[in-house]
Amino acid sequence: MTQSFRLENIGLINRNKKLSFKFNGKAYYGYEGDTLASALIANGVHLVGRSFKYHRPRGFFGAGVDEPYAIVQLYRNGETEPNIKATEQELFEGLEAKSVNCWPSVNFDIGAINNFLKIFLPAGFYYKTFMWPKSFWFKVYEPFIRKAAGLGVASTKHDKERYEHKYEYCDLLITGSGPSGLASAYAAAKNGARVILAEDKSRFGGTLLTSEVNIGNQSGKEWAESIISELKEMPNVTVKNRSQVFGYYDHNMLVMSERISDHLPKTKKFHPKQKLWYIRAKEVLISSGSIERPIVFGNNDTPGVMLSSAAKEYLKVYGVLVGKNPLIFTNNDSGYETAIEFQKNGISPIILDTRKDPKSEIVDEAKNLGINIKFSYVVVAAQGYKKVKSADIAKISEDKEQLGIIENIKCDCICVSGFWTPTIHLASQSGNKTKFREDIDAFVPGTPKQNETTIGAANGTFTLEETLKNSFETGHRLSKEITKNDNKTSFPNVIEKKSTAHDKFWCVPLPKGKNYKRFLDFQNDVAVSDIEIALKEGYRSIEHVKRYTTLGMATDQGKTSNLNGLQLVSKIENKVVPSVGHTTFRPPYTPVSIGAIVGREVGKHSKPTRKSPMHLWHEKNNAVFVDAGVWLRPRYYKQGDENLFEGSKREAKNVRTNVGVCDVTTLGKIDIKGPDAAELLNRVYTNAWLKLPVGKARYGVMLREDGIVMDDGTTTRISENHYHMTTTTAQAANVLSHLEYYLQLVWPELNVNVVSTTEQWAGAAIAGPKSRELLQKLFPKSDVSNEGLPFMGYMEGDLFGVKARIFRISFSGELAYEVNVESDNGNFMWEKIIEVGQEFKIQPYGTEALSTLRIEMGHVAGSELDGRTIPYDNSLEGLLSKKKDFIGKRSLNRKAFIADDRQKVVGVVPLDKKTSIPEGSHLVKDSNAPLPNPKLGYISASCWSVEHDNPFSLAIVKDGKNMIGKKLFVMSPLKNKIIPVEIVSSHYVDPKGERVRS
Amino acid sequence: MLYIKCPHCGWRSQNEFSYGGDATVKRPELGKEVSDQEWDDFVYNRKSLRGKHWELWQHLSGCRQWIKVERDTATHEIFKTLKANEEIS
Ligand SMILES: [Zn+2]
Repeated sequence: MTQSFRLENIGLINRNKKLSFKFNGKAYYGYEGDTLASALIANGVHLVGRSFKYHRPRGFFGAGVDEPYAIVQLYRNGETEPNIKATEQELFEGLEAKSVNCWPSVNFDIGAINNFLKIFLPAGFYYKTFMWPKSFWFKVYEPFIRKAAGLGVASTKHDKERYEHKYEYCDLLITGSGPSGLASAYAAAKNGARVILAEDKSRFGGTLLTSEVNIGNQSGKEWAESIISELKEMPNVTVKNRSQVFGYYDHNMLVMSERISDHLPKTKKFHPKQKLWYIRAKEVLISSGSIERPIVFGNNDTPGVMLSSAAKEYLKVYGVLVGKNPLIFTNNDSGYETAIEFQKNGISPIILDTRKDPKSEIVDEAKNLGINIKFSYVVVAAQGYKKVKSADIAKISEDKEQLGIIENIKCDCICVSGFWTPTIHLASQSGNKTKFREDIDAFVPGTPKQNETTIGAANGTFTLEETLKNSFETGHRLSKEITKNDNKTSFPNVIEKKSTAHDKFWCVPLPKGKNYKRFLDFQNDVAVSDIEIALKEGYRSIEHVKRYTTLGMATDQGKTSNLNGLQLVSKIENKVVPSVGHTTFRPPYTPVSIGAIVGREVGKHSKPTRKSPMHLWHEKNNAVFVDAGVWLRPRYYKQGDENLFEGSKREAKNVRTNVGVCDVTTLGKIDIKGPDAAELLNRVYTNAWLKLPVGKARYGVMLREDGIVMDDGTTTRISENHYHMTTTTAQAANVLSHLEYYLQLVWPELNVNVVSTTEQWAGAAIAGPKSRELLQKLFPKSDVSNEGLPFMGYMEGDLFGVKARIFRISFSGELAYEVNVESDNGNFMWEKIIEVGQEFKIQPYGTEALSTLRIEMGHVAGSELDGRTIPYDNSLEGLLSKKKDFIGKRSLNRKAFIADDRQKVVGVVPLDKKTSIPEGSHLVKDSNAPLPNPKLGYISASCWSVEHDNPFSLAIVKDGKNMIGKKLFVMSPLKNKIIPVEIVSSHYVDPKGERVRS
Repeated sequence: MLYIKCPHCGWRSQNEFSYGGDATVKRPELGKEVSDQEWDDFVYNRKSLRGKHWELWQHLSGCRQWIKVERDTATHEIFKTLKANEEIS
């Protein structure tokens, strides 16, 4: 197949490299350097999709980021991606793309019936129609909308690509590599500033690639190339193409999305697909240029109607003709540049200029080239359904209200230029209150809110000479403030054609008796009539009009529609545009993939994984792991094909009968030192700490100021001014911050230092009736008898040459010890315990057995200390000192906390002694009571009691102290269970606590 | 993302810090009798101002120091940062 719209001798593409690709299943070819859009147009394909609401045929309107509707579904390397602009997607070998928004096909689209039913689809249609009747929503409306709308289909597969994040700091971030970006980057870089220059396209240079100018005796393109190659060599400069700065956030932080691999058939090994840059810039230079504005006329969405600057770009960059019989419709000199390019390449255009008699160098050049120009003429309507076939044109009166006789002329494309709109999105996002400039009927940035400066066309400066002059100066000035250097760069000589004023004409009136759709927002299908309806219905604020009509929303963010929408509102409302104001521009400026935002933090990488020094041993010994916060802990050690229930039961039983060992490294550990350490403990814990002797541990509970239990644990006095605090695994970080808060801000007079030592110590809990015998063999030189090391005692020991700390504390209710060694010796300790423990039938036990043991002995833990309970609720009121004040004490006499029927922890046993009780179930008095059945409490933790060989649970129940012995029901609507139960004491094993002291 | 000048470490991004609420709240002295109203004001009642106010941040992934930050809650502008032991002026 030949590319009938490709020219031979013009363009920046690489004709030596042909690339084949498929669109809607049909094979085509293009060249390296093409976009999908340019390659399709070269092949004469203009129909790319259907519009969002009316399903009207859609072609190409722009040539880059401004494109509102050439959106495709892309297929690359076995993956699919929606919402890709064909004008931005670079062509690669084997690319496949499909149209979106059409069903069953782009050529025959059922949804296009909406177009003929458009009387039913005015502004607010979705709000009005799909609201009623309610039952229709799921069955009729939603499936219809889902099928008919959208910008493509997201893949449901796991994304195998890699996305990375990068944090960067610079003096100047420059957003756009057109004339203003290049000049300011060059001036700043030469003055020693650290510069990042970002360009969203693959080629640097912006409009310099397509305009006929001369800078320092070079063409614009050559000048751009020389500046870029010099910048790339400078160590203080980062130059990035395919990189869109899409968001401007607080404190001069901007986010840029770099497309590293999207232009390749496949991501290179070890490369990411995209990279998200978080850039903190001292100064930001917004050089994002401007976007050509459409003129509104009938059927202006027909494929073949496009921006005149886009037509010029297709010609000069890609060597592609958007048509062979072009009509140029303009209100300013820019349309002439496009016409002249057509003419130079052997195509004769017709220019319709809304102006009566413009005089400028460019107009003269067009006249001299013999181009057919019709002054005071407008396009009334485009004709043709899937592609422009002709145009209805007419002369327009001087007041621009009356149309003359309508003529029809043949054409295959209409290139529109309604002057230029500065791209002020980033400035607006930064908080800049923009101002309206009458002379260009557009908003430009006003007083900067952050350290931002807008230059060039983005600031409404449309001549090259002035742009370059300002940009060199601004780059120099801003860099000088930062670097204090004063190296000036010489300013090149500029030759450009002089333009004359544009005509403020933007909307062609409807001819009598015709009702053409005149579109303002091409992406969201918003026509002039929609805005008129919204205003008629009483919407006044531009923000309300936007939401009601969808004008300027979605991924387009009003790039081509914003100003014409405002013009219309101001005209109908009889206001000036600045008093209507514009809607807020929101980040992202262009769509950003979710993958890029998420980065590497996917699945297991979403948080760090912490492992104890004994982790490898656990792995080798068939541990089944469980996530405990960020830690991986053995849940149980699987033997044969036993399941969790069987394994944990075996392990817990072995603790009760012989001895078990559990890895407790994950417990939070805080080292506390200083003469006032005891005083600090006395204030943060609810019980008394001043008289704890050296070599003793004590259990303590700490509260928040509102009286809620924050954490519990044991703290041991290692020496006179040195304590070792333990916290629960989950609260370790919070407790440290809590202590630091009080020490630094509330009681700075206390002379105490706290530091986390969680990672410095490996811990093993040895529990069971045989634990003392085992301990004695591990520490033969130490006296670990009940007298030598009593309950809550502490000593240091020598574990086969390794220094160890031995604590006699118990979480299981059994005679138990905890041994700590430096982390590096953790595995040595563990292996020794297992080895020496063989004769006592030692077994390692995991978190499930650990839970079983603590639940049946009624030791409260995280599921009871859940941030909603006070000491009384957990039967910890015995630990509340009456003699001293402590954090949270004053809150404990709140009315609800001292109510007579206050909730309290109890034990729960099923009457049949068989049925397991689901955690989270509710307790009720009468299982047949009408709903909502009054709830007495909830099950906080459940286990299979190994001591009693039946299910046992802990529950927090209203008036718990008077509930012991009562019969209630456990209800779990989720598990569909109703279980008759008896309330018992929470201490189901060894209620007097004799074992731990034995 | 805010850019906060830690008085100990210098300029750092917000993600190194954790927020700690109103810096002007004073905890009643330990052991001192306080009315319900005073206690509620300390524990619960906050003004949630629009505009300039002093707040606490902890440089959690840095020096771990609690610092005082004067910030505009509407514009996010930060005017001043102080060490924990420096009085708000
Ligand atoms: Zn710091």
